[in-house]
Amino acid sequence: MQIPCPYCGTRDALEFTWGGQAAVVRPADPQSCSDEEWCRYLFIRSNPRGPHHERWCHTYGCGQWLDVWRDTLTHVVEHAALIGVPRPRSEPSA
Amino acid sequence: MGRMAHSILQLARHAISGHQRWPPFWRSPQARERYDVLIIGGGGHGLATAYYLARNHGIRRAAVIERGWLGGGNTGRNTAIVRSNYLAAPSIRFYDFSLRQYEGLSRELGYNIMLSQRGVVNLAFSRHQLRLMNRRVNALRHAGVASELLTTGQIRRLMPLLREQSSAGRRLFGGFIQRRGGVVRHDAVAWGYARAADALGVDIIQDCEVTGFQTRNGAVTGVETRHGLISAPRVGIAVAGSSSVLAAKLGFDLPITSMALQAMVSEPVKPVLDVVLDGAVYVSQSDRGELVIGGGTDVYTSYAQRSGIQRVEDTMATLIDLFPAFGRLRFMRQWAGLVDLTPDASPILDSSPVNGVCLSCGWGTYGFKAIPAGGVAFAHLLATGASHPMAQAFSLGRFQSGALIDEGGSAGMDDREPLL
Repeated sequence: MQIPCPYCGTRDALEFTWGGQAAVVRPADPQSCSDEEWCRYLFIRSNPRGPHHERWCHTYGCGQWLDVWRDTLTHVVEHAALIGVPRPRSEPSA
Repeated sequence: MGRMAHSILQLARHAISGHQRWPPFWRSPQARERYDVLIIGGGGHGLATAYYLARNHGIRRAAVIERGWLGGGNTGRNTAIVRSNYLAAPSIRFYDFSLRQYEGLSRELGYNIMLSQRGVVNLAFSRHQLRLMNRRVNALRHAGVASELLTTGQIRRLMPLLREQSSAGRRLFGGFIQRRGGVVRHDAVAWGYARAADALGVDIIQDCEVTGFQTRNGAVTGVETRHGLISAPRVGIAVAGSSSVLAAKLGFDLPITSMALQAMVSEPVKPVLDVVLDGAVYVSQSDRGELVIGGGTDVYTSYAQRSGIQRVEDTMATLIDLFPAFGRLRFMRQWAGLVDLTPDASPILDSSPVNGVCLSCGWGTYGFKAIPAGGVAFAHLLATGASHPMAQAFSLGRFQSGALIDEGGSAGMDDREPLL
């Protein structure tokens, strides 16, 4: 598995640390949110068989956290970008 | 249909005919249109559940449907270790019940599961690790489960090939053993339960993938499969690493992530290891002489039944650091299974947000040793609609209430110290 780091180029996945689902949002006010919302924030993570939007850190490279789109079945990494940079619309494949 | 007994006479008779005329162990029926209970997943848990449904609760209009073949998932991919050396009281009770069932299972099923209670040993490489083990031994004894701390001298006698001190600075401080722990022929567990469930009238349908569910007013009415619709008012899901996929089809989320857990076997050698070593790397020697070795899960979610190279390397490095002699062995096979990990490393045995659907999942890295207890408890849940007294702690609601049962240490997930 290889991940195309926007700074370092395509590097082996061994250099990266997996950070789980991307963009998990903490409830704005933990004191007033329901147990269900808090449970969802703490414990429920997307776990699809197929494309997954997740975070990886290039630990043994530039050290940046990245947004990565990886297929959990084929382990094909479709795209990697700095956090917050929107993913470009996929080109129609030739 | 009578259950065929295995005897020397049978063996001799079939030897004469070149072992070509053994009858099949179970039927391969077409799915009926309707069952009282439908179990998804023909691994150890699904098959054991079917058996106990029929035996303990008299529910014989039941079926097990399996996407692949029986025991082809984690039941046939694990390292076959059985033990009950857990930490929290509900876990110890549950897993020791499981181990006691395993102790009588060959007799109960009339099928040799080849239980070998050779002892499961964990090693401590710091005084802190040894202190945690002391706590665990005390917790086990308090719950009435025998286990004992080991001195380095005792460990030396149990595992003569173990290197106690490595150039990397690792030093053996002690360990502990559960002598009733050991290994089981894992396929035999699936086959034994399948045969016994089939003899009680349960249909076992392989090569039958679930494609969807039918519900009415928030209650399940049937399951859509590759072989067509099967109606059932109660559906049990026991599909390990695929639990989230089926839950998504039903419209709810689970606190589960799926990861690949791998194992490998070496070429066969003469007896070199009498006990099961458990911990950051776990290894035992099979009856054929192969070393059966496992390590941690991959470090990212996966639905591929193969593992990344990183864990192969970690596992091997740790093994060879412990047993330098094993560095000369060649390896024959390496594979992985998909484990369903929960945040507290304890299972979920509960009804689901969809009426009629019950869950047996979250077994994570130790589903195999839980099969008999999981089967008894899941059958109870499916038959009565109420949690088995021994499984009440393993609720889905604990993630909201906060009553977590942290068994990360028992799963080998968080009290491992890096050895190198």
